Amino acid sequence: MEMEKRAVWLEELKRIFPGERVLTGLADRHAYSFDASFGEYLPEVVVQPHNKEQIQSLIRLANRHRVPVYPRGSASSLSGGPLPVYGGIVVDMSAYPKRLTIDRENMLAIVTPSVLTAEIHRKAEEVGLFYPPDPSSSNVSTIGGNLMENSSGPKGLKYGTTKDYVIGLEVITPTGEIIRTGGKTVKNVTGYDLTRLLVGSEGTLGIVTEAILRLIPKPKARKTLMAAFPRFEDSGYALTRILSSQILPSAMEVMDQYCIRAVEAYEPSGLPLDAEAILIIEMDGHPQAIEDEAVQCEAICREQGATLVKVAATREEEEQIWKARKLISPAIARLGPTKISEDATVPRSQIPEMMKRLRQIREKYRLNLVVFGHAGDGNLHPNILTDRRNAEEMARVELAIAEIFTTAVELGGTLSGEHGIGLLKKPFMEMELGEHGVAMMKKIKQAWDPNNIMNPGKIFPDEGGSPR
Amino acid sequence: MKNRLYEKAYEAANACVQCGYCLPACPTYASMGKESASPRGRIHLVKMAAEEKIDLLRDLKMPLDLCLGCRACETVCPLNVKYGEILEAAREEIHHRQTAHPAPGDRFMWTMLRHVFPYPERLRWLGNLARFLQWSGLRRMLRASGLIRLLPEKAAWFERALPDMPPLRERLRFGQVYPAKGKRKVRVALFTGCVMDAVMYKINRATVNLLTAIGAEVVVPSGQNCCGALHLHQGLAEEAKKLAQKNIEAFEQCEADWIVNNAGGCGAALKEYDRLLADDPEWSPRARRFAEKTKDISEILLEYGPLPYENGPEMIVTYQDSCHLRNVQRVTRAPRALIEQIPGVRLVEMEGADRCCGSGGIYNLLHFSESMTILDEKMERVQETGAQVVVSGNPGCILQMQIGIERAGASRRMRSVHLVELLAERCGLG
Repeated sequence: MEMEKRAVWLEELKRIFPGERVLTGLADRHAYSFDASFGEYLPEVVVQPHNKEQIQSLIRLANRHRVPVYPRGSASSLSGGPLPVYGGIVVDMSAYPKRLTIDRENMLAIVTPSVLTAEIHRKAEEVGLFYPPDPSSSNVSTIGGNLMENSSGPKGLKYGTTKDYVIGLEVITPTGEIIRTGGKTVKNVTGYDLTRLLVGSEGTLGIVTEAILRLIPKPKARKTLMAAFPRFEDSGYALTRILSSQILPSAMEVMDQYCIRAVEAYEPSGLPLDAEAILIIEMDGHPQAIEDEAVQCEAICREQGATLVKVAATREEEEQIWKARKLISPAIARLGPTKISEDATVPRSQIPEMMKRLRQIREKYRLNLVVFGHAGDGNLHPNILTDRRNAEEMARVELAIAEIFTTAVELGGTLSGEHGIGLLKKPFMEMELGEHGVAMMKKIKQAWDPNNIMNPGKIFPDEGGSPR
Repeated sequence: MKNRLYEKAYEAANACVQCGYCLPACPTYASMGKESASPRGRIHLVKMAAEEKIDLLRDLKMPLDLCLGCRACETVCPLNVKYGEILEAAREEIHHRQTAHPAPGDRFMWTMLRHVFPYPERLRWLGNLARFLQWSGLRRMLRASGLIRLLPEKAAWFERALPDMPPLRERLRFGQVYPAKGKRKVRVALFTGCVMDAVMYKINRATVNLLTAIGAEVVVPSGQNCCGALHLHQGLAEEAKKLAQKNIEAFEQCEADWIVNNAGGCGAALKEYDRLLADDPEWSPRARRFAEKTKDISEILLEYGPLPYENGPEMIVTYQDSCHLRNVQRVTRAPRALIEQIPGVRLVEMEGADRCCGSGGIYNLLHFSESMTILDEKMERVQETGAQVVVSGNPGCILQMQIGIERAGASRRMRSVHLVELLAERCGLG
């Protein structure tokens, strides 16, 4: 019966898309069964739309036959966002035609969803403009996936997050209508702000076919410094003092002692092994202003007990400082082949407390848990390095993750700063939002997607049947 | 569930966290536009085959066959996943299974790899035949009469792109020592390569001329043979090991300071002999010494130069990286620096010079249309530079770029040469 039903909709699908854009081979399906989290679900078919009309027909088909649809960009998601947990159809939007127009006069970028985030950076900067959101995956993430997950990277404190830059969208809704939200103006209060609802909706409310992004003038210069602190708390005090001295750095990255040791063991570069925290602070703006601010930051860090402060004088020195941050990934990968990257976020003042709790969790569950992240906006990235083939350890990992979430919420923070809820964090939604909070979100989902065909199995806690 | 592929490749494949940072670097992902044509996808499929969720031949073979093996993905991987190792291990397993059910063409390829490539004399014989066709007037006759059009499309392109072969006496002699001009600065042993020696010996001759001109004494050790790269890429690891051992033996005897080669693909294979023979306690230290001494010609010329350049006409040159020179040997600066040193020559970088031209060893023979898609796109980037000369550092790339030039109808204003050909020409040593 199931097989027959599939044969029918598959036949219809092949009438919507040309042959080479419908992938049904086992290898192709497996190639679309994963993302950068560690889930793995085999779709029944993968399609690569080339225009809106195809997507519209596809969505109508999905509603008629009640087939789940899973939109996907570059699948660099760390939360399982694009995983086809109920099989169905993966919609590979990375293969959608790429169009990127920079409107200099209105300082806008108008893009199709398949454009890579880094390409927007490049094209904007070519004309002296700037698109601040910069998730670490920006070289590979499509802007569509990027804004559906609302991931932002290190510059959140000064420049805000991705949602602050999306002012208009063209979307195909889960019932197959093409709608436009927002527009080309920074100010726009006409009706509900659907743009903001859609950004960060993790592909559950529609498929974006165009986005209008706000750009700002590009800062003239930047300056980077690094400071190492023997006591973690002191790095927190230093940050607070920098901000209260009316300096607003563009990025404030922190790495803990386990990261420092892993990086130093991986590629020795003289990082102090006895330090509990290293801060990397980047300022941007007018060259003279940031010169002055760098001097102040250096002094503050030293007063707060930093044993080592390096201010980059040249581009090379700047790269050298950021290299320590970039090496975290390969360095910690040696601690285990399975990497679980979380992004529990707390109010900035709670960072030292969060770090303390994370250390306790590390010891309690005997795990390779390392922490780095964007200290300026409280967005920490606790990473657990493990091996998914080790069932006993994986059980401890699950418990540790649950405790990380509980702690973040307890400290007034949130489950996710930028990776999204996806699959793993679903069970914790009520803890943060309360029963009625989740129910309100569900009502929105039901109103948009009555047949629950658009990325089902994500965000909301499972009722009854869980994904296979 | 521990099959052979699992044993060989699972650990390395499992190191991939599927972040996708490799996607923008992959030429086949760009040209084919789907995940199974990407490094991340291919690694995942190797894992799936090792877990026996997909079949080695039915499902895994094609996506891996379509990989150029350029290894650009390794240079951008934040976790240093060993893609080359995973690919070779999987290809070896596929070959192992395939021997029972060969596809059309496989037997011919295996025969060539087993019984022709390892023997320099046999390849030379083929080279001689090619030269006879070129010079006997037979080729001109074929062309003039239109009979050449009877050749299959791909053979016709290769025929057009094949460089003119000088008299056979230009070929280097094995066992010969070519003395340094002036004071001897260094003693190098030249790895001649198999195709280079048989067909493109003009390039080997130019290499010796340049080396001796900068004060290097050049030994051409006898007993050397094909590097084994082609064998390894087709999954014939045992044959590759035998070839490696013969080369190590041949070069150990001549006590040179460096082992020099002029083919990016071969050089990469030579530099990885330590990995190839890592499991063999007798050969492993010898392989390591061999690998440490291996250098690309551009590195030696830059280090022991300068070359005796002469003034020549103004010329725009663009440089196409050989993938294995760039991504495996990590040589990018030396060839460019040498080009920039030539008086009257301006190096104009093309966009994506670091991306594979689609040659991929014998990929262009095995997957002609996929290869041409990549090449035609590459030629657009080449033409934007306005270059008269496209320089590269590997025989496969040189031939492929010449095919590209022919296909673009640009052979009157542009040619594809090896770096040493250009250098020798501008030093009056050609």
